[in-house]
Amino acid sequence: MERVLLDEKALERSIIRIAHEILEKNQGSKNLSLIGIRTRGIFLAKRICEKISRIENREMPIGILDITMYRDDIATLKAPEVKKTDIPFTVNGMTIVLVDDVLHTGRTTRAAIDAIMDLGRPARIQLAVLVDRGSRELPIQPDYTGVFYTAAPEEEISVKLREIDGKDEVVLSTSL
Amino acid sequence: MNWIHKDLLGVRELSREEILFLLDTADSFRDISRRDIKKVPTLRGKTIITLFYEPSTRTRVSFEIAAKRLSADTINISTSSSSVVKGETLSDMGRNLQSMRPDVIVIRHNMPGAPHLLSKILDCSIINAGDGAHEHPTQALLDLFTMREKKETLDGLKIAIIGDIAHSRVARSNIFALKKFDTEITCCAPPTMLPPGLWELGVTVTDRLDEAVADKDVIMMLRIQKERGGTSYIPSVREYSSLYCLSEEHVAKARKDVIIMHPGPMNRGIEISDRVADGAYSVILDQVENGVAIRMAVLYLLSGGES
Amino acid sequence: MTILIRNGRLVDPRNERDERVDILIKGDSIEKIDKNLSGAGADRVIDAEGLVVAPGLIDVHTHLREPGFEWKETIRTGTMAAARGGFTSVVCMANTDPVNDNKAVTEYIMEKTRTEGVVRVFPCGAVTKGLKGEDLSEMGEMHASGAIAISDDGKSVANAQLFLKAMEYARLFNLAIICHCEEETLSHGFVHEGHASLLSGLDAVPSLAEEIIARRDIALAEYVSSPVHITHISTAGTVRIIREEKTRGVSVTADTCPHYFTLTEEATLTYDTRAKVNPPLRSAADVAAIKEGLKDGTIDIIATDHAPHDAISKDVEFNLASSGISGLETALALSLGLVEEGLLDLKGLLRKMTDNPARLLHLPLGHVALGAPADLIVFSDRAEWTVDKAAFLSKGKNTPFDGREVRGKNLMTIVAGRIVYTDPEFR
Repeated sequence: MERVLLDEKALERSIIRIAHEILEKNQGSKNLSLIGIRTRGIFLAKRICEKISRIENREMPIGILDITMYRDDIATLKAPEVKKTDIPFTVNGMTIVLVDDVLHTGRTTRAAIDAIMDLGRPARIQLAVLVDRGSRELPIQPDYTGVFYTAAPEEEISVKLREIDGKDEVVLSTSL
Repeated sequence: MNWIHKDLLGVRELSREEILFLLDTADSFRDISRRDIKKVPTLRGKTIITLFYEPSTRTRVSFEIAAKRLSADTINISTSSSSVVKGETLSDMGRNLQSMRPDVIVIRHNMPGAPHLLSKILDCSIINAGDGAHEHPTQALLDLFTMREKKETLDGLKIAIIGDIAHSRVARSNIFALKKFDTEITCCAPPTMLPPGLWELGVTVTDRLDEAVADKDVIMMLRIQKERGGTSYIPSVREYSSLYCLSEEHVAKARKDVIIMHPGPMNRGIEISDRVADGAYSVILDQVENGVAIRMAVLYLLSGGES
Repeated sequence: MTILIRNGRLVDPRNERDERVDILIKGDSIEKIDKNLSGAGADRVIDAEGLVVAPGLIDVHTHLREPGFEWKETIRTGTMAAARGGFTSVVCMANTDPVNDNKAVTEYIMEKTRTEGVVRVFPCGAVTKGLKGEDLSEMGEMHASGAIAISDDGKSVANAQLFLKAMEYARLFNLAIICHCEEETLSHGFVHEGHASLLSGLDAVPSLAEEIIARRDIALAEYVSSPVHITHISTAGTVRIIREEKTRGVSVTADTCPHYFTLTEEATLTYDTRAKVNPPLRSAADVAAIKEGLKDGTIDIIATDHAPHDAISKDVEFNLASSGISGLETALALSLGLVEEGLLDLKGLLRKMTDNPARLLHLPLGHVALGAPADLIVFSDRAEWTVDKAAFLSKGKNTPFDGREVRGKNLMTIVAGRIVYTDPEFR
């Protein structure tokens, strides 16, 4: 059974709103940078970055973060594939907005924070997510949210982006 | 791709895809060594034992740094300071270590097949850091990593491997690994240091240095294996050097963007001249840096849990 | 005791027999060979329907390890293994501790055989004292005590002059000269020098090491008009040399072992120490040549070179592992493979394991005739079984054939009219 939480237009509106909220909260884009968490966080970060860059009329720094090396469940996994991290700017003193597609337990965000801390000392880290599905296992909260939906454990939220899935939508499905 | 091997005993049993996967993984790990905080928590809580029956500083240190940068715990056992002196067999050493539940054992031994023997008795992962004249897989992997980094691709490369091929595990591992790509390999040594039937591996064989280096993208020099009976195959090191020492004149015969490699430690003036070793074409120090990255990648992939 | 073996197919190479016939044994010799013999009065009647009856096999090359290495094998366990394998006589090599280079050790072996042995044992004395290759051993005294051959097996006699003298001297006693051919300075390795060693990186030994000494030993023997026997040949080159010399009329014989016609160097690629043997396992081309040599008669005899070792000797790095295969209990089945492949017929195969060995050693054995010693075996050339080292009677469980499915099984062994082995599943 499937239900669309965000269709293409709604998704686009969320991204625009998040971009504006970021600028509002940080009173502009000084020392601001975006870091997208692999994999879909990257494309979301790029879109947000593009919007902010247009509004501010300057290029925003953007980075790609692979958190595999910082996962807390590595001891039990069969060596998940490590991909490149590419953050072409220094994090020291920066306001970093982490971007991910779905916030669930909070463990991915925790890993991302640890990874960034090993790169330097940011001034602050904020979190932007397209979907917050609740059920946190760590005390982590997003600063910017596309849509909030408290999902039951058997419900699956799947984010599709045109850059890799061919279309934009967020779908809720239940396995019966 | 999913890494399926419990051990890394040799590169001969790896596929081309698996080698590329290792190199790609190492790419990410190299960045760790280049930043201020040279550590990730990835292998936190894992125990890695290095068991070295042959002296080696660089390989052992390279593995140790790799393990520590992944936050693993490392223990070093080298022959002179251990029960091997009391006559304990390798099998018994293995079984004793197993009781202490290590996650990975890195073994270097002077006899081929020693890592294979451990692999049969132990559940943990075994990494071959060199077994006699058989293989030195992480060396070949870091060599390929270096070649790919400097040349962008491995396919199409022309490589010369020069030195005591018969006794060299570095030569064997490199030949096995490079033949999985579209490469042309030329092996060069005095006839007494070329194993019979070497051409069966798909390489060109010559005993003339100037022929070997001509038009090559990569020149890999090997050291004279004094420990593996190397010197009884040549009248003297001096004569060897006069015929097979790589000099600038030889390098000029290769391609303009040739890279010069050496697994180390170098016998300066014997197989490679100072000027070449320290010259612009030399990537020897890159190899060392890449060694840590490759070993981090290998430790990472082998230490995975059950899933 | 009288034993009647009825309904069996008697294959006796020396007397060119291959027919269904009954055999009556009385005491220690053969009383009657005829069809439809009556079992009345016989203490034991054995129904050999569907089975082959043959002279007991004679192994010209075994290591019994006693005296000195009793944890690897004893005369008792070794002869029990021989009996299980269908061997009623074995020649035991001299590399014991102390070396069998004098009558005291020879007599020790003979006495142990008398009290604890289960088949006939014929000691092969050393050529040189202590196998050191320096001085001649006391061949005469050993011969008087029961030795029937001399060999420094385990190594060659490196000193050509000394070996020449040994061959001349041995003529006094009609001792067979058995040569282990190996040029030591070429032999600093553990596997065959070929494609497998290229891949495994193990130190290797070229075929040359065997061939140049084979040539040498044959030349020495020819010079003093002595017959000579080359043991455990393994290379195509050695087969060719023997063939050439035989064509020239030289008195040379040769034996090979089952592992040299069933396994190749590939078995060493995994560093499996059970495949470590001296001479080493060779290339496929060598195996083909050995088979051809067996087929055309160049190779006269199949021996086992039974070399039992304890588990620890093989549970080490390949370089350090002891060489040798525990072969008495698998030889017959593996050799029957040659019949299956069509290289030999059954009579031809058995000739190499009965008649020819007996001739080499000048023994009045190896055939089934009226009045001859009752050394016989009853075996199935069809029974399929799986080699299980745990079931070996030998202390040596070191075999690369463990787990292998084979066809052909010895079911009963009779030595001097006494049943010394019966397969548990055979009546």
